[in-house]
Amino acid sequence: MKKGLKKYSLFSLVRNALSYHQHWQEAWRSPEPKKAYDIVIIGAGGHGLATAYYLAKEHGITNVVVLEKGWLGGGNTGRNTTIIRSNYLWDESAHLYEHSLKLFEGLSQELNFNIMFSQRGVINLSHNLHDLRELSRRVNANRLNGIDSEILTTEQVKALVPIINTSPRSRYPVLGASLQRRGGVARHDAVAWGFARGADARGVDIIQNCEVTGIRRNGAKVEGVETSRGFIKANKVGVVTAGHSSVLAAMAGLRLPIQSYPLQALVSEPIKPVLHTVVMSSTVHVYVSQSDRGELVIGAGMDAFQSYAQRGSFAVIEHQTGALLELFPIFSRLRMMRQWGGIVDVSPDASPIVSKTPIKGLYLNCGWGTGGFKATPGSGWVFAYTIARDQPHRLNEPFNLERFTTGRLIDEHGAAAVAH
Amino acid sequence: MSQQRNRLATGGRIDRTRPLSFSFNGKHFEGYAGDTLASALIANGVRLVGRSFKYHRPRGLLTAGSEEPNALVQLGTDAASEPNQRATQVELFDGLEAVSQNCWPSVGLDVGAVNNTLSRILPAGFYYKTFMWPKSFWKYYEHVIRKAAGMGRAPESPDPDCYDKMHDHCDVLVVGAGPAGLAAALAAGRAGARVLLADEQSALGGGLLGRRAEIDAAPAAEWIAKSISALQAMPEVQLLCRSTVAGYYDHNYLTIAQRLREGSDPGRRCDKPRQRLWKVRAKQVVLATGAHERPMIFRHNDLPGIMLASAAQCYINRYAAKPGDIAVIFTNNDSAYEAALDLAEAGVTVVAVVDVRTAAESPAQAAVRSRGIEVLYRHAVVAASGRRRVSAAKVMALDDSGESVSGAARTIRCDFLCMSGGWSPAVHLFSQSRGKPSYDASKACFVPGQSVQAERSAGAARGSFALAECLTEGHEAGVAAAAAAGFQRPGRPAKPPVAAKVDEAPLQPFWLVPAAPPGAPLNKHFVDVQNDVTAADIALAAREGYRSVEHLKRYTTTGMGTDQGKTSNINALAILGQTLGADISAVGTTTFRPPYTPLTFGTIVGRDIGALADPVRMTPIHSWHVANGASFEDVGQWKRPWYYPRPGESIQDAVNRECLATRQAIAILDASTLGKIDIQGPDTAEFLNRVYTNGWKKLEIGRCRYGVMCGEDGMVFDDGVTTRLGEHHYWMTTTSGNAARVLAWLEEWLQTEWPELKVYCNSMTEHWATVGIAGPFARQLLSELTDDIELDPKAFPFMTYRAGTVAGIAARVFRISFTGESSFEINVPARYDLALWNTLMTAGEQYGITPIGTESMHVLRAEKGFFIAGQDTDGTVTPLDLGMDWIVSKQKDFLGKRSLARPDMLREDRKQLVGLLPVDPQEVLPEGGQIVTDMDQKPPMNMIGHVTSSYYSVNLKRSIALALVRGGHKRHGETVYVPLENKVIAANVSEPRFYDPEGKRMHA
Repeated sequence: MKKGLKKYSLFSLVRNALSYHQHWQEAWRSPEPKKAYDIVIIGAGGHGLATAYYLAKEHGITNVVVLEKGWLGGGNTGRNTTIIRSNYLWDESAHLYEHSLKLFEGLSQELNFNIMFSQRGVINLSHNLHDLRELSRRVNANRLNGIDSEILTTEQVKALVPIINTSPRSRYPVLGASLQRRGGVARHDAVAWGFARGADARGVDIIQNCEVTGIRRNGAKVEGVETSRGFIKANKVGVVTAGHSSVLAAMAGLRLPIQSYPLQALVSEPIKPVLHTVVMSSTVHVYVSQSDRGELVIGAGMDAFQSYAQRGSFAVIEHQTGALLELFPIFSRLRMMRQWGGIVDVSPDASPIVSKTPIKGLYLNCGWGTGGFKATPGSGWVFAYTIARDQPHRLNEPFNLERFTTGRLIDEHGAAAVAH
Repeated sequence: MSQQRNRLATGGRIDRTRPLSFSFNGKHFEGYAGDTLASALIANGVRLVGRSFKYHRPRGLLTAGSEEPNALVQLGTDAASEPNQRATQVELFDGLEAVSQNCWPSVGLDVGAVNNTLSRILPAGFYYKTFMWPKSFWKYYEHVIRKAAGMGRAPESPDPDCYDKMHDHCDVLVVGAGPAGLAAALAAGRAGARVLLADEQSALGGGLLGRRAEIDAAPAAEWIAKSISALQAMPEVQLLCRSTVAGYYDHNYLTIAQRLREGSDPGRRCDKPRQRLWKVRAKQVVLATGAHERPMIFRHNDLPGIMLASAAQCYINRYAAKPGDIAVIFTNNDSAYEAALDLAEAGVTVVAVVDVRTAAESPAQAAVRSRGIEVLYRHAVVAASGRRRVSAAKVMALDDSGESVSGAARTIRCDFLCMSGGWSPAVHLFSQSRGKPSYDASKACFVPGQSVQAERSAGAARGSFALAECLTEGHEAGVAAAAAAGFQRPGRPAKPPVAAKVDEAPLQPFWLVPAAPPGAPLNKHFVDVQNDVTAADIALAAREGYRSVEHLKRYTTTGMGTDQGKTSNINALAILGQTLGADISAVGTTTFRPPYTPLTFGTIVGRDIGALADPVRMTPIHSWHVANGASFEDVGQWKRPWYYPRPGESIQDAVNRECLATRQAIAILDASTLGKIDIQGPDTAEFLNRVYTNGWKKLEIGRCRYGVMCGEDGMVFDDGVTTRLGEHHYWMTTTSGNAARVLAWLEEWLQTEWPELKVYCNSMTEHWATVGIAGPFARQLLSELTDDIELDPKAFPFMTYRAGTVAGIAARVFRISFTGESSFEINVPARYDLALWNTLMTAGEQYGITPIGTESMHVLRAEKGFFIAGQDTDGTVTPLDLGMDWIVSKQKDFLGKRSLARPDMLREDRKQLVGLLPVDPQEVLPEGGQIVTDMDQKPPMNMIGHVTSSYYSVNLKRSIALALVRGGHKRHGETVYVPLENKVIAANVSEPRFYDPEGKRMHA
């Protein structure tokens, strides 16, 4: 904790209650942007804020600004289905996401902000022989990588999630599953707010409603960014703008191998707890968990077309809900309360790019596809390292931009058979 | 049965000849047909309906419509139970059972109400600030928090009801059948447009149903009835009641949820679905969605008995149900005066109208005063009191600024309190259509801005609240929408319906009643009553920096309940604006998301559930497989025979028998699921040359060639045999699971990159069926069934094709092999498939013909080292990794070629396909097992590959496996290890070819 920041606790709640909560500090300031910073981070989503936080905390660099065109945490950080797990197939992915999961495990205390990380377990279902092979492959790989992962029989799935339909007569019966007990969910907004508060307390400026309109370069070197509030000079610029990465990179003259798609999600009305574990099935395409408010939080698929429109689309929801009711027939009389879309940046190998670029001082953190939330602290941590030292950490070294030309891909969609 | 003590003796749109009995919280009551659960509860004097989400405060009915935040009930029992139903929208039926939610042991005595006593330390977002110590305890805290959360309960067994879907197109969709909507539908209908009019209520008429008004110089009810008959007489007009327009998507695509009946119908009778989802594509849309009245924000404004003025008016006029006997009315506009008059007319004692405005001359105010009702101008209700229902209102004078109160407080006893803070147009659908609402300061509300799609708003939905305006605007919108859809009424224009213009004194925006006494903290001034968000919570959020409306919403949870803030959002925004000293227009609104009101999952799915969840694909021989005891596996949507166990056989026994028969006698395989693409056109050879890695320019007519396709990344994507049937005619086969993907891939290239190629692809997968026969006696068997195909290996060599007659059926016969045996794939039109199969089975009996499933096929091909795309490859494997250098042309270009030249493709330690022979020949490696070389390491271990395919081979009398291993091609002979949970299996790396490596048998 940084000095000057008033700590949150039950005691502080009681103390403030006496004064009718009139004396709580701002969670973050709203300063005027300075003319120059050591580092500009574009995008105050979870990853950008985490980057700023770890730049200050791990590397002592506090002359940092995070620029946000809207409100902080308003992109995919505030739109995802909050699933956290690290049971990835490939070593590179597994190590990165496991690093992130470990950071999540102490994050509430570190940030002094309860992000409600609930390690209630993540189940990935298998519905056919191909799924079972891939399941075994992934669980074996996880085990040898030191990541908790276990195989469940259909009966064990039923014991853990009694409301799931395991009938062999269902269209795609449940044949087995993997379970990562340390996986779970966290309160997504709180992750952004906690990092924002932590970064701000360490001196980082967070400027909301400040859109970056250009990236100024001098030859192969970055000089700063043009914004709706004027030019801001910086020798290092980190782009962390999920859903808009290609647009920002293009401002610096970089063409990224990224395609952007709307990803659909929805929540039900709140009901009393019936589902205590996160259940995912990439074969029938369902991701569902029940929030602490009681809503079923349900992830659906991507729209079939590329778009920047953050809109709910109905066709995807229809298809997804069919699969949901096959798995959970008792949900049929429950109701969808809200649906929305977020824009995901998908790279050719469905793995992220956390990398230096051919332009000196320009760094990229993008391409997390449908699974970026779970990586928030880990992504910020390695990106801060990369920017501070102008060289990647061993954990993100494989996630470089060059891999699309060298061919050293980390192909998560071909291989994992697990949606993110 | 209790009396309906608050039912008026006359009036209302209820059918007093049809009494209905129902129970609420176990107590029995009676109501009438035409009642909602809410109106029936009011008629029976029931005030306490539910408990709030966070503080478990007692709550009653706030509204009479779909915007209700409080009165949520659990409807029905067991499998037909439904949580979170708004009592204001549940139509009463005989035998209805409902209970209150979120309370224990009862709604009257609720233990959770302890939260209310603790509310001072539980402000907005308190949970972000605590429950962090000790670190490991969150799971216990969470357990308690979770138990407290949620509202109603999910049913415990599957839904007994059935749902339905309808697709529709119309010229004009009119949303809402109030005065504006009916006028619009009439105008558009008269112009000849195909009109769909949808309204969420059980009757058409919208807000008119709850008011006493006159249209065309007659009671509104008469105008409604006349309008309905006029509309019903128009053949192109469809009227939908109980139908909520839920979503407004791109290109004027809207969804409508229609409730066909209440309650449940046991036995899943699909001829009587419970709800139907309409998916409508409309040329033009008229949004006549009306407006929501806003509550006033004062201390304890959430007590049961405090309701919107329009709701009280509606209960009296529409349902003849009196919310109480003594009323206080609190308002900032004239509409509540109309309510006051209606209440007084119905025999309610209206003790006072408290108006924040100064006295003004308007007919409504004059009428109220002339009835002897006291009007307290420039006053405000600063607090309500009462325990489980309101019993008094505390009223104080406002000072000039309106920002504080002064003078002595006066306590006015009452048993209900009506409030009106003005009206908010229901811009939800407009906002969903991507329109941006703009703030109209003169009306103190957000109104629709510029249209983005082909829609227009009319009446209260665009802030024109007066009835006369609703009628003319609705009419004009109907005329304009019809014209835009291409329909103009011939002759002179129709006249709009007319209502008298009424002068109104202007509304005075008044968002928050100041604390009393002045300087006291704001306490329990509820803004969002469902989620217990107070004005103090909003101020706290702003103080802490959560100043964007989205931050406010997420931090305080305001507007996040099942009502999605219909009565609270605008108040919350205004209070945020006041706190920040910013204009409400600068604060903006949150995004309105679909659906307008919650949408039942069953309705979204319709009939696509159970067996219809996803189409089941079966080959023409499926019935034979079932009759002969096949065990099936799902391959994509296909059901494929996995193996054919005989009584008492295990899967391994059956597979052993099938594999032996293939190598020793004759096997028969249903291969109809293989993807088949008919490709024609003069540029086909060039096209194939580009999509396959090998050369295709010199393939002769009648010859088959095996090919591998790569993605742009150079990774193996699919494989199969393609045959040249004629000069410009080819026949491509793909793997079963990839058939659609391959066709889409071909089309993508043809349509987007190479439109100049004259090539035409057609899927023939289900038009032609394929039966494979393989084994030493396959030729013998075939020779007995054909006399026009010469079967001699010289005349009909391996990898060629012949057309002829087999078993009297015109057939295409291919000499290709996946098992490594001499085999023939016989293709016939699908309808002859079963006949062919039966003939082969009968004729083959003497040779020991044996049907084999996919499992045996996989074992047999693994003995030969043939890979399966998607099993032995995973999108990261090149043809070179598979050891298939021979199939990758160096001369020509093909999809993926450049990627194969990337540095990483040339690394020697790429993962390559090898064979694995377990050291113990009886031990079968598990597929998916990871491979290491050094068993002394601790995790993370260095994994060099994994087992992709693994079987016991009865022909080889040992276990075999295929694996992808780093640098595998140079590791032949090495011993590697597969560490499992409780043991380690050692295996030797080998060539991935275990049986007949020269391929003599299949060429034979």
